[in-house]
This record gives sequence, structure tokens and C-alpha cells, in this order.
Amino acid sequence: MSVIIILLIASISVAGLFLAGFIWSVKSGQYEDDYSPSSRILFEDTTTDKPSSSKP
Amino acid sequence: MQVEKFYYDNKIVKAFGYATVIFAVVGMLAGLWAALQIYMPSTSLNLPATTFGRMRPLHTNAIIFAFVGNCIFTGVYYSLQRLCKARMFSDTLSWIHFWGWQLIIASAAITLLMGYTTGKEYAELEWPIDIAITLIWVVFGINMFGTILKRREKHLYVAIWFYIATWVTVAMLHIVNSFAIPVSFMKSYSWYAGVQDALVQWWYGHNAVAFFLTTPILGLMYYFLPKAANRPVYSYRLSIIHFWALIFIYIWAGPHHLLYTALPDWAQSLGTVFSVMLIFPSWGGMLNGLFTLRGAWDKVREDPVLKFMVVAITCYGMATLEGPLLSLKNINAIAHYTDWIVAHVHVGGLGWNGFIAFAMLYYLVPKMWGTQLYSRKLANNHFWLGTIGIILYAVPLYWAGFSQSLMWKTFTPEGQLKFQFLETVTNIIPMYVSRSVGGGLYLVGALIMVYNLVKTIRAGSFIANEAAEAAPLQKEEKPHGNRHWHSWIERRPVTLLVFSLIVVAIGGILEMMPTFLVKSNVPTISSVKPYTPLELQGRDIYVREGCYTCHSQMIRPFRDEVARYGEYSKAGEFVYDHPFQWGSKRTGPDLARLGGKYPDSWHYNHMDDPTTMSPGSVMPAYPWLLDDNLDTASTRSKIRAMQKLGVPYPEGFEDRANEDLMQQANSIVESLKKDKIETPANKEIVALIAYLQRIGKDIKLEGTASN
Repeated sequence: MSVIIILLIASISVAGLFLAGFIWSVKSGQYEDDYSPSSRILFEDTTTDKPSSSKP
Repeated sequence: MQVEKFYYDNKIVKAFGYATVIFAVVGMLAGLWAALQIYMPSTSLNLPATTFGRMRPLHTNAIIFAFVGNCIFTGVYYSLQRLCKARMFSDTLSWIHFWGWQLIIASAAITLLMGYTTGKEYAELEWPIDIAITLIWVVFGINMFGTILKRREKHLYVAIWFYIATWVTVAMLHIVNSFAIPVSFMKSYSWYAGVQDALVQWWYGHNAVAFFLTTPILGLMYYFLPKAANRPVYSYRLSIIHFWALIFIYIWAGPHHLLYTALPDWAQSLGTVFSVMLIFPSWGGMLNGLFTLRGAWDKVREDPVLKFMVVAITCYGMATLEGPLLSLKNINAIAHYTDWIVAHVHVGGLGWNGFIAFAMLYYLVPKMWGTQLYSRKLANNHFWLGTIGIILYAVPLYWAGFSQSLMWKTFTPEGQLKFQFLETVTNIIPMYVSRSVGGGLYLVGALIMVYNLVKTIRAGSFIANEAAEAAPLQKEEKPHGNRHWHSWIERRPVTLLVFSLIVVAIGGILEMMPTFLVKSNVPTISSVKPYTPLELQGRDIYVREGCYTCHSQMIRPFRDEVARYGEYSKAGEFVYDHPFQWGSKRTGPDLARLGGKYPDSWHYNHMDDPTTMSPGSVMPAYPWLLDDNLDTASTRSKIRAMQKLGVPYPEGFEDRANEDLMQQANSIVESLKKDKIETPANKEIVALIAYLQRIGKDIKLEGTASN
């Protein structure tokens, strides 16, 4: 059953990654505002100018 | 602040969208064909490529990686740009990703039908394709993270978090589970054996459901549901909490696929505990989705996009309630190996994945072509056909699962098993018929969608580059665009930590794996011996024909299973099984103690036409095994590969292996001759018979020795 060690290492490192991501997101203020992000995505930022076929 | 003008890339979204539609139809057709074969074996056409054992992996791979895969990419490429207020990081990478993925799908379809398979469910693709998947996945990752880094919106919307978790975890799962030693260009043996292989496989299998069929789709839900309903998600805070809870808990639930097997009990219990906990984050997502529509139910009545969403989220809720329940040992004892599980995954697949994909397509196509949906009525028809299809599919299979399980476990008052295995199959054939009708309706619905979308596209004009405006992100430092990426990363300690963790984890795993695994394959049951060369070749044929898609090789310690099949399976019996072949469904009986049960001639006739030996059998015929020559040229490299994996063949055995093989083949030919069957010794059937006669026998020898 030694493969469990590999799975544990893999799972824990991913969990560690997630933890790091979580800490980063909290510290960098990602979750300070839990109201406006959900509304913000509803606004369209596209402009009315004619669809262009040329690259920007 | 200067507002920047930029363009969203819709062309790549269109390409992935087209691929989604095409592979939806292809994958469902393969599924329907496989479903027909279960009660009409003749629909296999007696051809190797179209027989169930190869069609079923084709179906599962096409649906998971081609249909849902392309659906994920469609949604991610559309929503990520808009959520980040930035064009994709690199158009070139986008197109490498697109064509690379389609090429992988094409090669998967061809190789699976040709019988190239690793024999591990949902990870059947052989090693060169596995490497290609890894590379393309990395391309996708660079493109995604690149876009996130150059975003113009500081806040990472919850959908993006779901995409990130998907990318990271799928990368790890794929790499760890695909570890194999190549034998030739299209053949490899799993690095792990027996119980270990099973554990890795279901750790992968379960998390593939979690991180390929769930988290990215939840991300899509969090983008497309609020957009379609034009109202914010019910609780943004709940979405954050359930996201982190979900990804932390999901990774540990895999062993619930192996309850009552030879996996150690503590690992089984671990899987159960985490599976039960999963209900909270899963239902958090489900409720958040449904509550988003509070006060908007009038819209649901009108808008087909929202209709599909509502049923999708409801199916997600049902499947994630059922999952924890199925992880309880007492319920699993009833459900495992039956069609209940097939129903369970299809509530998730047809309901959750399929309906979210349809909703997304109905939303995206009119938007990207700047027009209205061609026919709302047809979309509604699609919705009802799909919904009724799911019900006609799932309900009979739940019924079938219960019937099967109860019949397996029924004893007569005299203490004998009441039903032959075959009776338990023929009894549920009406349910199999209904299931294929349900699947057929679902497919018809999808075809109506194709027509509707084509008409919509014809009416509109495609907006390849959609103009948008946003202010750039204010940063403390200069934009990193023309700097080296490393100098950018160095100024971010946490990011650096994360990246180094990845590197360390991968390095550590790669280093430790060989040492650990080879050592642990030392047998614990002394009578269990490696397969002979002929048996090994026969086993590879067993893997090639996908026998594991209908036959298990794992007898659970239940009274009925021991009475029906023999002594329950022990972990030590599988130490030379690269890959393990425990299976997950019993449309045919368990084969773990098949060895010595029937004469060689029985197997010969049975493979030629199963109904001659068991009238009414739904097993397909394998006539080509009687005609095709065994490829003995590969024996040497196969033995060498096994030796490298720690299987104790004597030194130099690879050079004598074919002599040994011919000797055993001749003895089988002799035994067949006694039953008036003439066959040359070099046919594939001889090797297969050798393997089938070996399965589960070693432990019986120990029994006789100790007596």
C-alpha cells in the first residue's frame, strides 16, 4: 500500500497549493468586497463601435 | 486614467463551440450504439472495432474529453476574457490548444477502436497520447494564467477560481495516474500493480469527475447563469466558501469506489468520511445556483437557456446527494457493480454536464453572431426531449440496479442461490431497452439543437473581434509585458512559493515513485506466481478487448458472492496485475475465480459464439480471436518491461519466454483436440484461454497445499 504515500504527497501538495492560493486571495483583499463582484459581471464593457475584422 | 481599447477573441470560442457540438453528437451516437449492444449483441457487427468492449471506452472518452472538454474550453475562453477584461494571452497558444486537443481526440478515437488501451477506465489512452495531453494542458495553462496576469480587473471572479483549481488538479491527476512503462509504441503497462493500481486509478477516476466534470462546469454556471438571468449570483460569499470547501474535500473521496474490495479498510473509511462531507459544498453550489433565480422564475418560464440551467443544477443536486449516499458501505453493498451506478453517472452526465453545455451554446451563439435565436420553440422542444430522455434513461436503470442486486443476493430456503447470473441479466433487458430509448430521445434533442444553431448562425453575422474598453489595472510596479517573467515572479513571494511547491512536488513524486512501488510489489501470498508468457499475452488480449467494461475480477466478502464465485479476493492475489482489472460493473459475471471452472473447449466455443454455451447470453462474439495470430514477437519486450516493474521472472527468462509460450500453447491445443477442436497453437484464442484458466487459481493451490 505504499502508493498511498505518493497519493498523499500529491494530494497534500495540491491542498497546500490551494491553501497558498486561499491565503493569497484573502491577504490581497480579493474577498474584502463580497457584493460588487457579482453585480459587476453583469455590465457589458463592449463598445458600440462596428465589429472589426482586423486584429487590435 | 486612460481607458484602453481592446478586442475579445470570439474566433477561438467559435472553434471550440463547433467542436463541442460535433463531439456531443459523436459521443452520444457511440453511447447509443453501445446501449443497443447490451440487449442486441448482434449490433456489434462481429467486428473488433465496433464491439462493446471498445465502443464503451470510445463513448466515455468522447463524452468526457471531447464533448465536455471542448465545452469547458468554449466557456473558459469566452468568460475568462470578459472576466479579466483582456484578450487571451496569446492567440497562437489558443490555436495550438485548439488543434492539439482535436488531434488528441482524433487519435484517441482511432486508437481506442483499434484496441490500443491501458485498460484503466477513463484513462484508457496509451502513453504517447497521454504525453500529448500533458503538453496541450500546459499550453492551456500558460494561456489561462497569462490572461489572468494581464487582466484589467483586479478582482478574480469566483468562476476563475474554479478554472484555476481545475487546471492544477487535472494536471496532477493525469500525470500520477498515467505513469506506465512503455513496451512498444502503442503498448504500456501501468507502473502500479493490483491494489495499488486500483487505488491510484480511482483516486484519478473520482477526481476526474470532480475536477473535469464538476469544478469547471460550476465555473461556467457562475458566469453564464447570472448573465442569462441578468441578476447577480444569490450569495457571492457562499460561492467563495463552497468553492474552497469543495476543492479541499474532493481530493480525498476516491476510495469510495473500492468499498468492500481488497483495499485496506482504513482507506475505504477515509473515502467514506470525505464523501459524506462533500454534500455540504456540493449543495452550497446547487442552492446558490437555484436561489440566483429567486424572483426570476417568470424568466425561466420564457427562456430556454434558464430552463436548461435549472434542470442542470437540479441534476447536479441530485447526483451530489446520491454520491455521498452511495459512499456509505451499506448502500454501496447494494449498488456497486449494478446499473444503479450507470444511472447515477448519467444523471450527472446528461443532466448536469449536457444541459449546462446546451444552455451555454444557446446563450453564446446568438450573442457572438449578433442575432436572436432562430427558434425558441425548437429550443423548448429540445429541452423537453432532453428532460424526458433523462427520465426514461435513469429511472429504468435505477430499477434495473435494484433488481440485479436483489436477485444476486437471493437464496432459496434450502440455502442455494436462487438465480443463475444470466437470469439476472435477461430479467432487466426491458430496462435496457427503455434506457436506449431515453438516450435516443436525448440525442434527437441534441440534433434539433444543431439545426437551430445552424439556422441562427446563418441569420447572423459573426463578430470575430468584439471591441471593449476598460481602464488598465493600477499597479505599484511597471507593467511586466516587456520584462522577463522571472523578475515579475520574484517580487511576489506567495506566487513564488506556489510555483516552487509545484516543482518540488513533481520532482519528489518522480523520484520516489519507482523505489516505493517496486519494493511494495513483493508478494504476500507465496503461492501467487507471475503469469506465464502465454497467460501474459492472453491477459493483454483481455485488456485489448475491454472485457473489464462488463466483467469484474473482485469478489467481495459477501455470502452470495462467495457462494456464486468462490473465495473472496485478497489483496495479495493481484501483485503482478499491471494494470489491475477489477472492473466496475457486472453485465457479465465476475471472473476472479474463473480459472479451472470450465474446460478449455468451453472457452473456445464460448468466445466463438457465447450463445452456444449459455443460451440467451448477451455477450458479443469474438470470432476473430480464433483466426488472428498471436504476436509472439512482443513477448520478449513484455517480459522485460514486467521485470523492470519488479515481477520476479528469472534472469534471462525473456529469451526463453517464447519457448515456454509455445509449450503451454501446445498443451492447450492438445486439450482442445480431446474435445474435437482443431486449432493451430499460434492463435490468439489459445493465449486468451491460458489466461482465463489461470485467473484466481493460485490461491486455490495454497488451499490444497495447506490441507
